[in-house]
Parts: sequence; C-alpha cells; structure tokens
Amino acid sequence: MSSAQLEIQLIACLVAIACAIPGTFLVLRKMAMISDAISHSILPGIVIGFFITQDLNSPLLILLAALTGILTVVLVEYIQKTGLVKEDTAIGLVFPALFSIGVIMIAKNANDVHLDVDAVLLGELAFAPFDRLIISGADVGPKSLWIIGTILAITVGLLFAFFKELKISTFDAGLAASLGFSPVAIHYGLMTVSSVTTVGAFDAVGAILVVALMIAPAATAYLLTNELKRMLIYAICFGVCSAISGYWVAHWLDASIAGSITTMLGILFLAVYLFAPNKGVIAVLYREKQQRTEVSLLTFLLHLKNHTDERERHVNHLNEHINWQKVRSKSVLDLALKNNMILLDNNIVSLTEKGEAFTSKAINYIITNKDAQIEDMKDDFFLFRG
Amino acid sequence: MDVTEYIKLVFTDYTLRTITLGTAILGAVTGMLGSFAVLRKQSLLGDAISHAALPGIAIAFLLTGAKNSNILLLGALISGLIGTFWIRGIVKKTHLKSDTALGLILSLFFGFGMLLLTFIQKQPNANQAGLDKYLFGQAATLLESDVWMMAIVTGICLSVLLLFWKEFKILLFDADYTKTLGFHTKFIDILITSFIVLAIVLGLQTVGVVLMSAMLLAPAAAARQWTNSLSMMVLLAAIFGAFSGVFGTAISASQNNLSTGPVIVIVASVFVLVSFIFSPTRGLLFKQIRFIKNRRDLQLHKTLAFMYNIVESHENISHPHAIKILNNFQGYTKSTLQKLVRKNYVTIDGNMWSFTEEGFKAATNLYNQQINNNE
Repeated sequence: MSSAQLEIQLIACLVAIACAIPGTFLVLRKMAMISDAISHSILPGIVIGFFITQDLNSPLLILLAALTGILTVVLVEYIQKTGLVKEDTAIGLVFPALFSIGVIMIAKNANDVHLDVDAVLLGELAFAPFDRLIISGADVGPKSLWIIGTILAITVGLLFAFFKELKISTFDAGLAASLGFSPVAIHYGLMTVSSVTTVGAFDAVGAILVVALMIAPAATAYLLTNELKRMLIYAICFGVCSAISGYWVAHWLDASIAGSITTMLGILFLAVYLFAPNKGVIAVLYREKQQRTEVSLLTFLLHLKNHTDERERHVNHLNEHINWQKVRSKSVLDLALKNNMILLDNNIVSLTEKGEAFTSKAINYIITNKDAQIEDMKDDFFLFRG
Repeated sequence: MDVTEYIKLVFTDYTLRTITLGTAILGAVTGMLGSFAVLRKQSLLGDAISHAALPGIAIAFLLTGAKNSNILLLGALISGLIGTFWIRGIVKKTHLKSDTALGLILSLFFGFGMLLLTFIQKQPNANQAGLDKYLFGQAATLLESDVWMMAIVTGICLSVLLLFWKEFKILLFDADYTKTLGFHTKFIDILITSFIVLAIVLGLQTVGVVLMSAMLLAPAAAARQWTNSLSMMVLLAAIFGAFSGVFGTAISASQNNLSTGPVIVIVASVFVLVSFIFSPTRGLLFKQIRFIKNRRDLQLHKTLAFMYNIVESHENISHPHAIKILNNFQGYTKSTLQKLVRKNYVTIDGNMWSFTEEGFKAATNLYNQQINNNE
C-alpha cells in the first residue's frame, strides 16, 4: 500500500466521520432532505468563490459556499413561512434554482475557468494526494486532508461542547426553549456545520455523495439503536467501514471511489434494513405474523367462551363460521392446545380452567380498554411466544 | 436575433423545432403530473426518483450495449420504480421518516449509478459516450423519435388521468373516505405514482437527473397560487410547464454556452416567483395590501367607536365636540378623521366635530355588531 493510497483512505475516513456527526442529528430532526438541498445549492457559492480566489481549496471559497448553504435554509424557511407551499415543495423549489444558476455561471465562463460541474458534484478523491500543502517549503500532506481535518476537529469540539443542548433541542424543542437554550441558535448552528462539512467534503467525495455519507450511516445506525450516543458511534463506524471497503472496491473495479463508497453504504444499509434484530423488515414481518396469530387465538377463545352449543364448538365449524383457512385454524388450535387453553374431545373444543381465566381477563380488558392496563396485560398476551 | 426571426426559425429549423416541441411537451406532462405530487406532499419524491433512475440507465447500457434512448429509459423506469417502492417500504416497515428514506434512496442509488458510469467509461467499448447527458441533460440530443415517444406517453397520461379523474381527485383530498367508498386505494396510489415516475424518466434526457425535480414542482407550485380547483390547477401547471420549456429553449438557443436544462429550470422558477408575489388571492403583494387596508379600517372603526362613546352621553347626536379630546386616543389621526368626513359620517366645523345622522347609525351598528360577536 503506497502512501498515496493511505492518504486517500485517511481523507475518506475523516470525511465519513465529519459527515456522520451532523448527519445523525439531521436524520433525528427529520431534516435529511435539507442536506441534499444544501449540497446542490452551494454550487453558485463555490463558483463565485472560485472566480474571486481562483483556488478550489481557499478558505474564502469554503466560507462563501457555506454562506450559500445557509442562504438556502433561510430561503426555504421563508417560503415555508408564507404558507404558499409546504416545506418539502419549498426545498424542491429553492435548490434546483440555485443549482441552475451555478451551472449557468460555469457554462458562461467555461473557457477561462478550470472548474466543471462534474468535478464539483462528483469529486475525485484519487487526485486529492497530488494537491499538497506546502508550509515554508516543507510538504506537510495533502491540502484536502488538512481542510477536512480542521472541519472535523471543529465539529467534534462543537459536539462535545453542545452535546446536551443538541440532544434536548432535537428530542424536545419546547423543553429546550423553556430551559433557556435557543432552539433557533442550535438549528442554525447545525445548519452551518452541515454546510461547512458539505463544502469541505465536496472536492473529496463530491457534493451529492456527501448526502449519502450524512444520511446513510445515521439511518443505518438508527435501525440498530435508540440511544443517541450509541447511534453516533455506530454511524461513525459504518461511515469509516464503508469508506475503507469502498476504496478497495473502487481500486479493484477501477471506478469512481465516491461511487463505490456510496455503494458500500447502500449494501450495508440493505443488510441492516433486512436483518436488524428489532426493526429490520424480516423481524417486523415475523412480528406482524405472530401478532396476527395471537389476535386470531384471542378471537377463537372469545368465541368458545360465548358459545356453549356443541355445534358451535366443533373444529370444522372454525373453517365455516369464523372464515379461517384450514392451515390457519390448525395453527391456532395447536397454539391453544400447546398452552393448555383448550381441550379437544372428539373434535369438540372446550376451554380449560386456564383458558377460562385468560379469556375473562381479555374480555375485561376489551370492555374497559384503559391504556394503563395494557402494560400488565402485555405479559399475559405475549405469554405464548416461542 | 430578434423575436420574429426566432419564431420563423422555430418553424423552419429541424433541430430547433424538435427541441422546442420536446421541451414544451415535457413541461406540459410534468406540470400535469407534478400537480398531484405537490398536492400529495410528495414533492421531493421527484428528486429521489430522478436520481434513482441513474443506475437503471447504466445497467441497461451494460446489458444491451445499446445507445437507443428508449431502452435506456426503460432501465431508468425500472430502477426509478424500484427506488420508489423501496422508499415506501422503508417508511412503512421501519421507524425511519420519509425525508430520511428519500435522501437515502436518492444518494445511494445515485452513488451506485456513478460507480457504474465510471466503470462503463473505463470499458474499451467506444460506444459509451453519451451516458453523461443523463446527468445534466442535453436537449440538443433530442430526436424526432424522442419527441414522438414523449407525445405518445403524454397522450397515455392524459387519457388515464381523464379516465381515473374522479378516483385521483378523491384519493388526493380524502384517502380514508375513498377507502370507505370501496375504491382500491392501493391501486390508484400505485397508478399515480407510476405515472409520476414515468414523467420523470421522460425528462431525464432533456433536463437531467439533477434538475428534473424542479420540472415537476415549479409549474405545479406556480399554478397552485392562482386557483383552488384541481382541474384548473392541472391545466395551468401544464401551460406553465410548456411555456417554461419554450422560453427556456429560446433563451438557451439565442446564447452561446447555455445548456437548456438549467435555463428551463430558471424560467420555471421565475414563473413561481411571479406567482408567489402577484397572485390575486394568495400572493404576497396583495396579501400585504389587504393587511394594510384592514389595519386602516380597524383604526377607523376604533375612532368611530370612541366618538360614539362620547356622543352617546348627549341627547343631541349632532352636538359638537372639540377635536382636542380625540388626541389622546390611539387610533385617531388627522387622516382617519378626514376619511370619516369624506364618508359623510362626521362634519367638522373649525375645531369642533359632530356626528351626522348617518355616522351615528353606522357607529351604533358597529357597536351592536361587536356585542353580537362577543356573545
């Protein structure tokens, strides 16, 4: 592994961490699409900054572009406040307009600037190690490494300094306001960090793929935990893992590094989406199926309790009267038998004592239907699992 | 190049005619379907779908090696649909919110698409150039067959829209009621979403994946400001969209180095801006005017009510009072008094004012109305 390869991976990892931190909060605050809007609309800021400085890595350019990002947020909020359109429409109107202005500015000056839309949108990590930062003649490393390192340091510093405030205002803006933290200040602070990070990362992974690095690790982490600190740590881990694995996939396929990092993120998300222990699709489907069976069982027991007539309690009757398929009635019957709720005598079903007690309890719950009671009842209802 | 010359050119020049017609049709169909997206609060779905279509284009190219735009668009359609249904799956099955789901699918699919595009570019197959145009769109590459394709799809959209108009409308405004009436809501929902995907995919070649969402939203958002009726809105959105296409093409054709997609988006944004400001009922300008007018009316009423309180204690309603005593009152200004005089509610005689018969009646009614309202 050459030093250039090492540097590329280091930059990719730093970008991933710097994106994962604000990304976690954006996902929790339901503002994920704002990051998409910012990533597009910084283009005119970058172009104007580039005209002034002629250097894609100058701090002034980063500042101007970050200002455009904040301008986007302000514009979206203003349009939303007029009540003419909904928030999502406001986002969808603002960023394409700003982005178009950026594209046109580039196109009109294409002959005398070294800047093209592809580079801004897609970035080229592979060239990052060639742009070195030279301080008094000494080579101290690639420029983008320093830029993203600085941004990351600031982000981490802010995170530790304002963790409590961020946490409260994210989960309960009203409480935060009443405790004296200004939700508005925190909101714009977060927006500023997001847009600075987006700008800082754009020449490494490109503006659009910053969105992937912000949202995907956070969303993946959110499927695995409900705790903020753990979510942050998971998100950072996912980001770093896909950055490194993405680099090697790109190396192997000889394709865009940013693209393959995103693809790795996608694969990771898909895996967690399907297999997450509690919130994954498979777990959810399984739980839904179990709940359906439980409800069926309850219906069945209630039916038994209501009818003393033997005809009503015959096994075949289940298929006709309650309108269940054969398989389903059999699985419900088996479940009830296994839990000693019913007795089968010559295909006539009757409740056992345990079944009687349980059914009375269930009826009692259904009739009174107080929310507070469900907590105790849960243990009883979910008795038969496994 | 002046306007008449340009118009003549539109009818004679093959390329210009094709592009103008293509962008106009595209604007109309996206405006039409965009109205539904905006009203269903799915505005950003367009953005997600257009990005999600990219890997489909790349895979279609990898599989067939064809540059035929219809096959590539079929790939885009399939991958757009996969993206859409995955978004629905995420929102339905997990606790992730729709914005996260949209951003996730958008960026992941786009990243995967970029991976494939760069992979294709490194292939020895010389045929590959031209996929880039789907990123930012190149209206100049439109062929007459593409325009025919658009026209046919627009025709299908229009007929489906007319056929299911009632269902779409009722689902839009009251989904629960639709269900109780026995309509198959899931089917209608999937139908309208699929057509939105179709419209987006159609526009990829012209406007590109990045800006396609604006084509969907802007005409609809502009049209929304002028009307409260769905049919009117769809019609207006189609007109706005078509005009954005025509004007955008004209502007970009008259200048060097201007790509059509961004210009169309800017023209559409101007439509939105104008609608936001100048629409008679919802527009910001008229809203502000109404606001000022209401404030003035309120001040006038306050002055009148205050005067009424004074006059009430006298037997003769036309008994003159000094203007001075009004001075401490908040709503009173010289101009409000002048206005009252002009309305013939009050007469002024030197430093004194007195109510007329008419003014007293108006003030009494004002007072009663207030009491009635309070009850």
